[in-house]
Amino acid sequence: MSWLTKLLPPKIKRDQPIKKSMPEGLWIKCEACEAVLYRSDIESSQYVCPKCGHHKRIRARHRLDLLLDPEGRFELGSEVLPVDPLKFKDSKKYADRLAAAFEDTGESDALIVMQGAVCNVPLVVAAFEFDFLGGSMGSVVGERFVRGVKAAYEQGLPFVCFTATGGARMQEGLFSLMQMAKTTASITRLSAKRLPFVTILTDPTMGGVSASFAFMGDVVIAEPGALIGFAGPRVIEQTVREKLPEGFQRSEFLIEKGAIDMIVDRRELRERLGQVLTLLSGQPAINS
Amino acid sequence: MHAGALRPVKTTFLDFEQPIADLESKIEELRFVQDESAVDISEEISRLEVKRQALTKDIYAKLTPWQIAQVARHPQRPYTFDYVQHMFSDFQELHGDRAFADDKAIVGGLARFNGRSCMVIGHQKGRDTKEKILRNFGMPRPEGYRKALRMMKLAEKFAIPIFTFVDTPGAYPGIDAEERGQSEAIGHNLYVMAELRVPIISTIIGEGGSGGALAIAVADQQLMMQFSTYSVISPEGCASILWKSADKAPEAAETMGITAARLKAQGLIDKIVNEPIGGAHRDPRAGAQSLKRALQETLKQLSEHSPEVLLEKRFERLMSYGKFKELAA
Repeated sequence: MSWLTKLLPPKIKRDQPIKKSMPEGLWIKCEACEAVLYRSDIESSQYVCPKCGHHKRIRARHRLDLLLDPEGRFELGSEVLPVDPLKFKDSKKYADRLAAAFEDTGESDALIVMQGAVCNVPLVVAAFEFDFLGGSMGSVVGERFVRGVKAAYEQGLPFVCFTATGGARMQEGLFSLMQMAKTTASITRLSAKRLPFVTILTDPTMGGVSASFAFMGDVVIAEPGALIGFAGPRVIEQTVREKLPEGFQRSEFLIEKGAIDMIVDRRELRERLGQVLTLLSGQPAINS
Repeated sequence: MHAGALRPVKTTFLDFEQPIADLESKIEELRFVQDESAVDISEEISRLEVKRQALTKDIYAKLTPWQIAQVARHPQRPYTFDYVQHMFSDFQELHGDRAFADDKAIVGGLARFNGRSCMVIGHQKGRDTKEKILRNFGMPRPEGYRKALRMMKLAEKFAIPIFTFVDTPGAYPGIDAEERGQSEAIGHNLYVMAELRVPIISTIIGEGGSGGALAIAVADQQLMMQFSTYSVISPEGCASILWKSADKAPEAAETMGITAARLKAQGLIDKIVNEPIGGAHRDPRAGAQSLKRALQETLKQLSEHSPEVLLEKRFERLMSYGKFKELAA
C-alpha cells in the first residue's frame, strides 16, 4: 500500500467483497478499538465488539437469522432474478459483475425477504445484502421489496426493512432510479391499512435507498455508528471544499439532528422491535 | 418594442456546433458589408441562411448522448420561468417551506393554463453568475423539496392539477442539506406524490439529475423535451465511479441510456416533445409552444379520470417499473 492510498478515506463501496462476517482463524481484531477478540466471543455477541460496542457489518441472512424466531420462517420473492436491460459495460460487463457477486455471496441479488415472527409477532422482513454489489437497489431489489410489502398487506402484517446500501444500481440506469418511486409508493398501501412499517438503518445507508423509503418508516431505527446520508462524504467534501465535522452522517449525529427515532444495540433489537410493533398495533406486550 | 428585441441574444456555441458558428459569423459579416455596399448581396445571405438551417438540422439529427447532455445543460436553455412566461398566465409565485427558508433552486406558484387554475413547480437555474449562486445551480436543499411538497398539498386541497418542470444536476450534496434531512425530504415527496389526488404532469426540460429530479417527478405522465436527459447519476459521476475517470463521461452517457429516445423505447417515459431545429435555446417560444400543445393534450386525457381511477393507474404504473426475470414457481 502506498502512502497515497493510505491517506485516502476508506471507500464506502468495496470492489472486492470481503466476507467480514465469516473470518478465518481463531482471533479477530476489532476495526474500531483494535482489541484482539476470540472469534467465539464476538460471534456470541452478534458481531458487536464486547470491548467497545462497535457494530461490525454482517450479512443479510445472518441478520434475519438473528432477528427471526426459528420456527415457521420462509423466504419470499427469491423467484425474481436479475437481467441486464442496458447490456451495460464499463471496465467489466454488468452480467459478469452479477455472476461474480453471486459467486461471492451465494445470493442472487441484494435483497432478501422473509416472512416469520419476532418474539411471536408475525411479520414480513427484508434485509439488504451489502456484499452483493454494494447493496445497490436495482429492479430485483425493488420487485422483491414490493412483493414483501404485498404479502404483508394481504395478510395484515407489519413490514420491516434493514438497509445496508450504497444507493441505486448505476448499471441499470433509470430503471434503478424508478425503484425509489416504486418501493416508496408501495408503502402507502400499508398506511391505508394501518400496518406498521419500520426501518432499521445499518452501516451504510446512502443515496437512492436513503432518499426513498428509508426515512418513511413509522419508526426509524438505526444501529450505533452507522453511516447514513444522501450524498457520500467524499462527494460532499469535494463540493463544499471543507473538512466534514467529526461523526458527520453517523447515527449519533442523525439522532441529534432529529432525523431518526432511536439507536438500538443489535443485541437488544429483537426485543425492542417486538415492543415497537406490538405498541403500534395495539397488541399486548410480548413475553421475553 | 422594436423588432430587434425579439431576436435572441448571441448564441453560445457548443464544441460540436463549430461549423454552424463559422457559417453564422460569415452571415454576420455579409450583413455588415451589405449595409454599406451598393451591390445587393441579400440573395447570397439568404442562401447561406438556408445552408445554416440545413447544417444545424443535420448536426442535431446525429447528436450523441453526451452531446445531448451538453445541449440539456446549454447556458441559454429555457428554464422553468421561461416556460411559465410562454405557457401560463396570471402566475402568482409562492415562497418558502414554512419551517426554515425559501429555497430559490425550486420555484413555483399558482397560474392559469388556458384559463384553468393549476400549480406550477420546477427547478430553476440562474443565467448569470449572481443568479446561478442565488439558485444554487438548480440544486435544491431539503427546504426546496419541502416547499414543493407544500405547494403540491395546496394543489390537492383545491383540486387543481400540477405541472412540474425538471431541470437539476441533482439535489445539493452539502453539509447543511444533510443536517436538515435531504434524504427524508426527497423520500417524503416520493411518498406523498404517489397518492396525491390530483393529476401530476411532469416534464424534463433540461437535466433530470437522479433523486433530486425524481423528487418532483412522480407523475401520471412523464414528458421529456427532445434534447433533455434523465439519469440515475450524472455521466461524469458514473464514469468516475465505474471507470475511475470522469473523462469517460461520453461512454457512460452512451451506455446508461439517458436520452429521451432511449427512455421512451424502454417505456420509462411517455412522450417526447420535439424542439425547434437546433434545440429549444435557439427559439424558446417555439419550444414552449410545442410543449404547451403536448401538455394540453395530456391534461385533457388525465382530466377524464376520477381521482380514484387516477390514483389506481398511477400506482400500477409505479409498480410496473423494472426489468427482471422470474423463475416458474
